[in-house]
Amino acid sequence: MASDGEEEQDFVTYGTPLEPLEEDAPVKKPVPIHEQTVKDEKGRYKRFHGAFTGGFSAGYFNTVGSKEGWTPSTFISSRQQKAAKVNARPEDFMDDEDFSEHGIAPSEITTTEDFASGPRDQIRDKARALSSLVAPIPGDNVLEDLISPARTSVGIELLRKMGWKEGQGVGPRAKRKPRTQKADGGPRVYGCALPPNGSEESEEEDDYVPENVTFAPKDVTPIDFTPKDDLHGLGYRGLDPQQALMGVSSTGHVDLFTLDSDRTSSLFGDNQMRHRRRAGVSGQAFGVGALEDDDEDIYHRDTLSNYDSVLGGEEPGDGLYGWTAPEQYNQKKKGSNTEASYLGKILEGFTLASKAPEAKSIFPPPDLPRDFRPMHYFRPVVDVANVSPIVAQALLVSGGQMSTESAEKGRHQLDASQRRSLLGESSLKGPTSVFDLLDSKDKERLEGIRRSAEERKTVAFAPEESRGAIVTASTAPAATTFSRNALSSRFQPPDSERLLSAWRSPTADTAQPFRPFEKNPEKQERYDLYISKLKQGRKDALESSLDPNMTEWERGRERDEFVRAAMLYKPSSSSLSCRFTRAKHQDDDNSVEVPRDQENDVDDKQAAVRMKMFGKLTRDTFEWHPDKLLCKRFNIPDPYPGSGLVGLPKVKRDKFSVFNFLTLSDSGLGDNGNQHAAPAAPLGTPKTAQPGKKSRWDIPAEAEPPKDPLGTFLSMARSEASAPQQGQSSETTSTPTLESKPEPVEGEEDNRPPMDLFKAIFASSSDEKSSSEEESEDEDNESGPEQTELVPHALLPPSSSAVPEVKPPVTYPDPAPPPPPPPLPQEPELEEEEFGPRLPPPSSSGPEHQSSISSWTQAEVHKKKSKEKHKAKKELRHKEKKVGLFLCHFLFMSRLSKCCLLSIFLPFSIRRKARITRAKTRRRRRKRREIRQWRPLAVQGTRKKIAAAAQTTVLRVSPRQSC
Amino acid sequence: MAFPQPRTQPPQLTQHLLRTVDCQQGAVRAVRFNADGNYMLSCGSDKTLRLWSVSRGTLLKTYSGHGYEVLDADGSFDNSQICSCSSDKTVILWDVTTGQVTRKLRGHAGKVNSVQFNEDATVIISGSIDCSVRCWDIRFRRPDPIQILDEAQDSVSSVKVSEHELLTGSVDGRVRRYDLRMGQLHVDFINSGYTGHKNNSYKLDCCLSNKDTHVLSCSEDGHVYCWDLVEGSLSCKLPVGKAVVQSLSFHPSQPHLLTAIEGRVQVWGAEPQDTDAQ
Repeated sequence: MASDGEEEQDFVTYGTPLEPLEEDAPVKKPVPIHEQTVKDEKGRYKRFHGAFTGGFSAGYFNTVGSKEGWTPSTFISSRQQKAAKVNARPEDFMDDEDFSEHGIAPSEITTTEDFASGPRDQIRDKARALSSLVAPIPGDNVLEDLISPARTSVGIELLRKMGWKEGQGVGPRAKRKPRTQKADGGPRVYGCALPPNGSEESEEEDDYVPENVTFAPKDVTPIDFTPKDDLHGLGYRGLDPQQALMGVSSTGHVDLFTLDSDRTSSLFGDNQMRHRRRAGVSGQAFGVGALEDDDEDIYHRDTLSNYDSVLGGEEPGDGLYGWTAPEQYNQKKKGSNTEASYLGKILEGFTLASKAPEAKSIFPPPDLPRDFRPMHYFRPVVDVANVSPIVAQALLVSGGQMSTESAEKGRHQLDASQRRSLLGESSLKGPTSVFDLLDSKDKERLEGIRRSAEERKTVAFAPEESRGAIVTASTAPAATTFSRNALSSRFQPPDSERLLSAWRSPTADTAQPFRPFEKNPEKQERYDLYISKLKQGRKDALESSLDPNMTEWERGRERDEFVRAAMLYKPSSSSLSCRFTRAKHQDDDNSVEVPRDQENDVDDKQAAVRMKMFGKLTRDTFEWHPDKLLCKRFNIPDPYPGSGLVGLPKVKRDKFSVFNFLTLSDSGLGDNGNQHAAPAAPLGTPKTAQPGKKSRWDIPAEAEPPKDPLGTFLSMARSEASAPQQGQSSETTSTPTLESKPEPVEGEEDNRPPMDLFKAIFASSSDEKSSSEEESEDEDNESGPEQTELVPHALLPPSSSAVPEVKPPVTYPDPAPPPPPPPLPQEPELEEEEFGPRLPPPSSSGPEHQSSISSWTQAEVHKKKSKEKHKAKKELRHKEKKVGLFLCHFLFMSRLSKCCLLSIFLPFSIRRKARITRAKTRRRRRKRREIRQWRPLAVQGTRKKIAAAAQTTVLRVSPRQSC
Repeated sequence: MAFPQPRTQPPQLTQHLLRTVDCQQGAVRAVRFNADGNYMLSCGSDKTLRLWSVSRGTLLKTYSGHGYEVLDADGSFDNSQICSCSSDKTVILWDVTTGQVTRKLRGHAGKVNSVQFNEDATVIISGSIDCSVRCWDIRFRRPDPIQILDEAQDSVSSVKVSEHELLTGSVDGRVRRYDLRMGQLHVDFINSGYTGHKNNSYKLDCCLSNKDTHVLSCSEDGHVYCWDLVEGSLSCKLPVGKAVVQSLSFHPSQPHLLTAIEGRVQVWGAEPQDTDAQ
């Protein structure tokens, strides 16, 4: 309440608040210029007429007449009625408009002179006199001084009646003694104050002051606050023309730094100077008049000795000692007291502080270590892919330290590209020379022109060759023969230079070079050699890569072809790269970047959550690189200075794996993707082993590592936790014995089918079409599972290749299994057979997986594209069988309705379509729901539960749909 | 002589309705206090954002420029700027006094659920349904974000910024804490917590009280639930209305609570207000 009261006081509201403006209320139209009119105060239109009254109409129809016409006033005076004496004032001839605010003589309320402080105010007079002295024209108010009306203002009269006399200050009368004591005893002088040892004070102290006599306060000369509008130094007044020119110089010294007190005394007190001043123009050029008595200084000589050369008073009279004066003399002279008082007098309004400012304690800088060098060398961030292998080798040898010689060179010896490489920046995109911007025809024309010019020189001694060269220029290389040196002299230099620069640029793509001579492997080999040499920057790339066993003609032709090919397919860095940006994922690249670190198994966490053990068990900590700029904006030092990385560290994984797009959260796919190799990846993606990370798939596959007490603990905990609630948490309790226990269909993640099902379904569907070719190979493989199709998977022999997949994840509360399930040797090649693409972690990499539904469709597009690439996989038929197996399992285990079964049995392609359309309708429905007024927004998942991945939600939706 | 130490006050619960503001901007999607708690921002489903005086309930300014309903807003520390996010996938930075759009930040692929200034109002952090959190620089006019945090595996429903940490809550059941100072990402799996309220289908707000003693959450049954932070016991169940309480915000320093239900915003306090003010 109190706070409310305060808040009330904070605001002041006037009147009633306006209604909030309507969004689509019509805006008031401004009046156009031609409709704007000027009216006078009586509401009449004003018309534009002429120069008078600013061009508007005035007077009586713009005349000086009146309604009666322009009749002069008649002078009538009789004995009875004397004509009043009329004093015509200017106002009589002016119009009313002229007195208005914007007229030529605006009448306004002003203070009458009675109430204004009059000119008799002596204090003000003094101040004015002071200001007149510093005014640009000195003494310009002399006339005003002479003619001053004898009048006092009301204020002065009032003061007089209260007992004030001229020359006194205003204020209560006081005893002089205590006042002086107070002034002495008060060391607190802040800011401007009179210098404590002024002459007046000392005078008064000497006086005898009787008791019970009070004095009026002293009159105070008001400080004149004239703005300083000159460029002089503080306290400098400049030459007083009265002194310098009007004959005062004869007296001798001109003091530029006149003290204030001197000046005021000369102003107020004695007017002797003025008396001596001659009126009018004076000077040597005008001679000496008859009335003037002094004529000794006719020829004026001004010497420098008339002027001060030292600040702070005159030199000692003898002038014997200069700056080489003996010490004691100097010390005596530099009595700080006198100097201080002098300075204080010079600077008007300033006084010396009585207290010296506190001396600042200066701390010495820290001692530098002996071997400190005031330079910092950055370790270069070198991308090995971009640098030629020689450089990389050299860097490796030198331990990553960028070559020391470049550092020794200093930054001014380095050119831009060297500095760029030192800073670890990438090169600027764009053409390196004007030639790169020309199109090929223009280039050829230029080339031809240049060549013909050269030929004219060489035509004298090599006519045949030049002819050949001309033909070459007209792009018929096969028909011409030319000698080796002719080519090397004329053809190679321009192109090879350009090629060198193009291929050596760091952006030159190394991943997938163009292979123009694919049909001729030997030739292609030579071409590759040539390209690689080009990349290394060798000048003899072309010559050295050709086959020496070939004939001259063949070599010449090949040389030409290579150069052409290299020109054509040179890296896009130069000419076009400024227009295009590189694709985020290369189409022909089969790998995709996924985060290096993966989150731990969800099951572990759920177990931990169930046991209310938050903390270490439910937390994953990753290395995460914030952007440099972000750190700067947050005012935080970069935790990883020098790392070019942003976000989570990434590794490359197979791109065309369905499991990229399955979300981790639904059934703990976890790390097991890493354990599956990617057989179909032609580029052989690097496999990164992830030690120490565990998922429930690993647990049966590996011996319980002693170093991981957490895992054992968790599995124990999990079996404990799942024991009492076997019924509802089928996720952990999907056993063959479950047939008798029906489950609710809508139990969210509880009756989620095991991951194997998805794997089997989706992996096989991706390879459907290429399956026919591989059938025969798979025959033997699939025979095992086929027989055991309807047998509960737990009874399957573990040797069967299908088993590891068929098994639903880790935590069967099998009657027999030991809490740490029996280790199964990790068989990468076996699993490879089974699953094809290895299992990378779920999406979250790249923008293309932004919604799981769209990522699905994308994934399928990818799949279709890459059908051929998956030819190598052998598991296709096999998969379909497995699907059947899984369906049984699915039926038994998860108790989905028949509709769901139906939907699963549909052909895959149809199912896929249906899935997409269903997802769409679902989305649409959701949207409709959102749009409805008053209804809060729906979320895509619930906060409380683990959100389901879109795929699984669709599966879950399907029964409802088909029912 | 020494007086005994004053006893620690029991935390005040906001149980008294002080004021009801009819925002007249459709459903109020979110309601937020400004940095000092004197004003509030209401995000309406009619594409407008409105600034109100909390103590008087008067409308101060309407900010229109979003293309779809406004989902969240935040005021900068100096009250000079407001950022808001919307279903139209944009984040807008507003000038408070003129009501003009200072910047419109596009880049999210879906509706933006949550938005927050950092402490110095140099960066806007926005979390979206497209599973990403984007950090926008507002010092320079860069069209693209400084950094995109795409670690979340489902819609990012809320974002908070502290001095050097970003907290993001995602529908995948995880809270991610990006520690800029340490350069680490902590992912916490959270599957249970304060129970009792009803939250099945909507995105609802929750917050802490001003002294961090209690956790308050909206609920779909028309109540605001208030739990003790440490014990987890339900300490108060505040009946707000019949519909879903969609958003709430706690005063930064005083026991005042804002709740948004349907088109109204209600101000709650610890003590009943004077009758004359009512």
